[in-house]
Amino acid sequence: MATEAKVLAPLDIRLARAPAGGFTSAARAAAHGRLVAMGLPGRRDEYWRYTDPAELNAPAAVTAENPMPEAPLSVSGALQIRFDGGVAAPLPQSPEGLDLALLSAADTQDIHWAGALFGVLEGEGQSPVKRPLAALNTVLATEGLLVRAGSGSHAIHVDYSIGSMGSDTYLHHCIRVGEGADLTLIESGRAGARSNILIEVDLAPGARFHHVRAQGRDADRRTVTHIFARIGAGASFKSFTFGENGRLTRNEAILDIRGDHAVAHVAGVALGNGAAVPVLHDDTVFITHGAVGCESRQVFKKVLRNGATGVFQGKILVKPGAQKTDGYQISQSLLLDEDSQFLAKPELEIYADDVKCSHGSTTGAIDETALFYLRSRGVEKDRATALLVLSFLADAIAEIEDPDLADQIVARLEDWLGLGAAE
Amino acid sequence: MLKIQNLHVKLEAEDKPILKGLDLTVETGKVHAIMGPNGSGKSTLSYVLSGRDGYEVTEGTAELDGVDLLSQEPEERASEGLFLAFQYPVEIPGVGNMTFLRTALNAQRKARGEDEVSAGDFLKLVREKAKSLKIDAEMLKRPVNVGFSGGEKKRNEILQMAVLEPKMCILDETDSGLDVDAMKLVADGVNALRSPDRAFLVITHYQRLLDHIRPDVVHIMADGRIIKTGGPELALEVEQNGYADLLAEVK
Repeated sequence: MATEAKVLAPLDIRLARAPAGGFTSAARAAAHGRLVAMGLPGRRDEYWRYTDPAELNAPAAVTAENPMPEAPLSVSGALQIRFDGGVAAPLPQSPEGLDLALLSAADTQDIHWAGALFGVLEGEGQSPVKRPLAALNTVLATEGLLVRAGSGSHAIHVDYSIGSMGSDTYLHHCIRVGEGADLTLIESGRAGARSNILIEVDLAPGARFHHVRAQGRDADRRTVTHIFARIGAGASFKSFTFGENGRLTRNEAILDIRGDHAVAHVAGVALGNGAAVPVLHDDTVFITHGAVGCESRQVFKKVLRNGATGVFQGKILVKPGAQKTDGYQISQSLLLDEDSQFLAKPELEIYADDVKCSHGSTTGAIDETALFYLRSRGVEKDRATALLVLSFLADAIAEIEDPDLADQIVARLEDWLGLGAAE
Repeated sequence: MLKIQNLHVKLEAEDKPILKGLDLTVETGKVHAIMGPNGSGKSTLSYVLSGRDGYEVTEGTAELDGVDLLSQEPEERASEGLFLAFQYPVEIPGVGNMTFLRTALNAQRKARGEDEVSAGDFLKLVREKAKSLKIDAEMLKRPVNVGFSGGEKKRNEILQMAVLEPKMCILDETDSGLDVDAMKLVADGVNALRSPDRAFLVITHYQRLLDHIRPDVVHIMADGRIIKTGGPELALEVEQNGYADLLAEVK
């Protein structure tokens, strides 16, 4: 395949240039091997049937047009870290209990703990479903954040900006949260004209990880992200993603619950308005229950208009012996017109007999009775529609634990809906 | 106040006539009741007046203080002072009752060219109105009608009425699904809102609501028309004899 050769050939050159001897070069070489064996994704692959990966595979990023910069989320008390077009600004001083470093310095600074993570969770996450764009990230990403929260409670805000309008950004973050430690990770903005961001998260027993990200509101944006998480006993993993528009967005979460009584929640709200450029927003989730008494929850909601397309592929795999599993999955779309569409593929695969798993998926329009109810009280049609959209999204928004961040997300929702400032 | 002349309405989807030349006038300060058997068109009348989709007016007029209602959007009718208390109030998860009420009040005020009510004044206003309807702070905080009992939903309708202060209130079978105590509470709420500047149209199947909300005028509706108009005694007559005699009388 011509595209494949074009993408894969330069990899060899880049690999050859990478510093030898460190753990990253070994991991990159391994990822390169995986990638060559898998090949790049195509429409014929089961998990790319609804989403055409061509623009994510292409050798170079397409120049983005009409950027719509947006203020980053505001998080008081968080360490601020910036990446501009994939280039890191100097890191702030780390407080006690937290180690921060950059991937670009990993080999020279001998950050050995990251060696046990970098490309490792990604590699393990390639089965049973292959994820070539994640392997591609491990091969190509030379920058990213390495975070180790050993103790205490910490918050980090990663603020991305696009750099140049043709920027093609690969970032690879590794995060380890130690026993009993608590880490909040906020991500704001758009990292490149095309961006491929991968996060590996390792949660020790009793660790807590909260993740909230807002991926921007640009129409002309191509984004692929992966989160690979390994979740230990009694640990808690919670991730929420908010996205507006975007030509092509694919967010994958691959969560591996290894220890008993752990919790994994992943949620997202996507708003797609295809008026300016076509919008495709894809959430693909794979949660593996490999321990006893764990809870997982997937809540995904999309609001689509002007021909936007939403995709959800969500799987819960309950391994033999993972008794008392409580798995819940809901994916819903609200179509504001007849041109938009939502494609959903919920999957359950269960090999234990004492579990509770449920899934549901709905596609619908605005409830006319509720709309009339609001209008009969004097609320204008647009505002009434907006209130019903907020109503539709409420249980996904409720997945954001921090009320201040939830308010900021709601304000962005209201902006998108054309409501301006909140009441 | 409300003047309906020769109103003909059909269901858009089915091409089925429901209202067949209805005439009704409600004067300011009065409480009119409409009673009638199932399928006589009572709820259709309330929906057509408030502007719900799905109905087509083929003939006739409806005016509120001389303003043509039928050409207006539902929200415009509300700002003109029309209020419909729903038979089945709608649940709206994720939208707080207070947010909803304040949005509605300010939207109406804005439409009328009045200043919006500040958050502080609004809170005071709602608390005061809620107290008399025995609606507690917890209920105000909850999402609109979500998890409310039948009685709470109807009390919430009356609270909206009290806050929005409409001049023409239509109550569509407000007594349905209420026990005696809940009905009394709702009726007390309505009675507290009776005033020389405000009129009510109370739609009901049963006379019992009218024991609590005493009407000035009672209309009997059948087959899309008002077939008889009288005083409160007409409701008692229906209660005792049913509709059969009245229907036969008209035929």
